[in-house]
Amino acid sequence: MDSAGGFARSSIGRKVIMASTGVILVVYVIGHMIGNLQVYGGPEGINAYGKFLHTFIHGQAIWVARIVLLTAVLLHIWSATSLTLTSRKARGIGYREQKWKESTYASRTMRWGGVIILLFVIYHILHFTTGTVHPDFVPGDVYHNFVAGFRVVPVSIVYIVAMIALGLHLRHGVWSMFQTLGVSHPRYIGAAHVLAWVIAIAVTVGNISFPLAVLAGVVK
Amino acid sequence: MKLTLRIWRQKDAKSKGAFVTYTAEADEEMSFLEMLDVVNEGLIQRGEEPIAFDHDCREGICGTCGFVINGRAHGPRERTTVCQLHMRSFQDGDTLTLEPWRADAFPVLKDLVVDRGAFDRIIAAGGFIASAIGGAPDANAIPIRKENADLSMDAAACIGCGACVAACPNAAAMLFVSAKMGHLAMLPQGQPERMDRARAMVAQMDAEGFGTCTNHGECEAACPKAIRMEFIGRMNADYVKASLTGGRRAAGSEGGSG
Ligand code: HEM
Ligand code: FES
Repeated sequence: MDSAGGFARSSIGRKVIMASTGVILVVYVIGHMIGNLQVYGGPEGINAYGKFLHTFIHGQAIWVARIVLLTAVLLHIWSATSLTLTSRKARGIGYREQKWKESTYASRTMRWGGVIILLFVIYHILHFTTGTVHPDFVPGDVYHNFVAGFRVVPVSIVYIVAMIALGLHLRHGVWSMFQTLGVSHPRYIGAAHVLAWVIAIAVTVGNISFPLAVLAGVVK
Repeated sequence: MKLTLRIWRQKDAKSKGAFVTYTAEADEEMSFLEMLDVVNEGLIQRGEEPIAFDHDCREGICGTCGFVINGRAHGPRERTTVCQLHMRSFQDGDTLTLEPWRADAFPVLKDLVVDRGAFDRIIAAGGFIASAIGGAPDANAIPIRKENADLSMDAAACIGCGACVAACPNAAAMLFVSAKMGHLAMLPQGQPERMDRARAMVAQMDAEGFGTCTNHGECEAACPKAIRMEFIGRMNADYVKASLTGGRRAAGSEGGSG
C-alpha cells in the first residue's frame, strides 16, 4: 500500500480529500436546511429541535458533529488551497486571450465562492451560535433569535448573497465530486448533473426563504 | 482575404517573447498552416526570421501541430487540429492572435513551438505493456467485449498534441494521461500492470508540474479527437484503488500457494 502521505501529496489524492470532505459538507448543508424548515411550524417545534440537538447523548452528539465538520472544513480548505497553488504554478505565463467553451460560471468561481462561504460560515456562527454579533440574542430561544436576526435588512441580504454563492459552489461541486471519486459511469453522469442542480436549488431556495419569510412577515 | 496576425515571437527558450503584428493574404481554400507558410515566405524574402511552428503530417493524425488561435487551442473548429483547419473558418478582415500552448510543463522553445517532452516521460513511466507479445495476434484470438474495444479505441485516438493542457484553466494533463491509461485499462493485455501503471503515470504527471483538474471540461471541448472526460473519472477510480491496495488482490499477501 502507498504511504498515506504519498497519496495526500499527489494531485488526485488531494482532489479525493477535497471531494470526500465535500460529501460530508453537502450532507450537512442539506440536513441543516431541512432542520430549519421547522420555523414554519412556529416557536415550539424549532426550539424543541434546538434543545434536542444540544442535549442528544448528554450533549455529546453536538460536539462529535462539530469536530467532524471542523475537520472536514479544514481538510477541504487545505486541499482546495494546495490544489489551487499547484495549478497557479503550472501556468506561470498566461494567455493574452482565452475563450471558454465548456466550463461554467459555477466552475470558474469555485475558489472565490469558497472564500465567500468560509467568511459567511464564520459570521453565521458568531451570529446564531454564539450570538456575539446578534443585536438581541436569547440563549436557547432559537425562534426569537431567528426572527430578530433576519428583521435587520442588511443581515438578511448577507445571508441571501452567501446562499447564492453556496448554490453555485454546490452546482459545480456536487457533480465534480462524483467525477473526482471516479463514480462517473457514462450511464449515470447525466444523473449526477441533475442531482447537482437539484441539491443546489433546494439548499439555496430553502435557505433564502428564511430571511425572506421574516422580512415579508410570514414568520414573526 | 486579408488578415491581421498578432503572433507570439520568442527567439529561444531563454529569451523573453512578445507579440508581433503581421498582415497576411490568404485564400479560403488554404489550410491555416499554408497561410502561415506564405507569411513565412514573405519574411524569408525580406531577410527576416520565419515564424516557427510545429507540424508534420498535416493530416490531423500525428499530433505535432498546435497553438492557440484567439483563445482557443487549435482554433475555433471542433474536433479539428490546426493543420486541418481551413481559412474558410475565418472572415476577411479578422484579427487573429496566435499564442503557444501555455504551461510551465511545456516550455516554449521558439515562437509557437513548445517542448512536449513531459508527455513522453509520462508514457515512459508506464504507458505501455512491458512484456514482449510478439507479432500482432489474430483479432479474434482473445475475446473482448465490443463496448470495451470501442472505448479503448476512443481513448487510443489521443494523438498527444497537448491541446487539453493548453485549454485547461489549470494547465492540467488529466485528459491526456487518462486516455493513455484508459486505452490499456480497457483491454485484457493491460490488466497485469494496470494498478502499477496508474500510480507511476500519475506520479510522473505530478512531477512534471502540470496543474490539477477541477472538472471544467475545457479539455474535452478542445480535444481534436473528442476524447471524453469519462476517462478522467476512470483514471481517478483506478488511482484510488491502486493507492489503497498497492495493486495487490489481497492486502499483505506477497504470493500465492501456486
Ligand atoms: C459549506 C461549505 C462547503 C461545501 C458544502 C463544499 C462542497 C464542495 C464540494 C462537494 C466540492 C467538490 C469536490 C471536487 O471538485 O471533486 C467542492 C470543491 C471545492 N471547494 Fe468547497 N465546499 C464548502 C466550502 C468551501 C470553502 C469554505 C472553500 C474555500 C476556501 C471551498 C473551496 C472549494 C474549492 C476550491 C473546490 C474545488 C473546485 C473544483 O473542483 O473546481 N469550499 N466543495
Ligand atoms: S501536423 Fe500532424 S496532426 Fe497536425
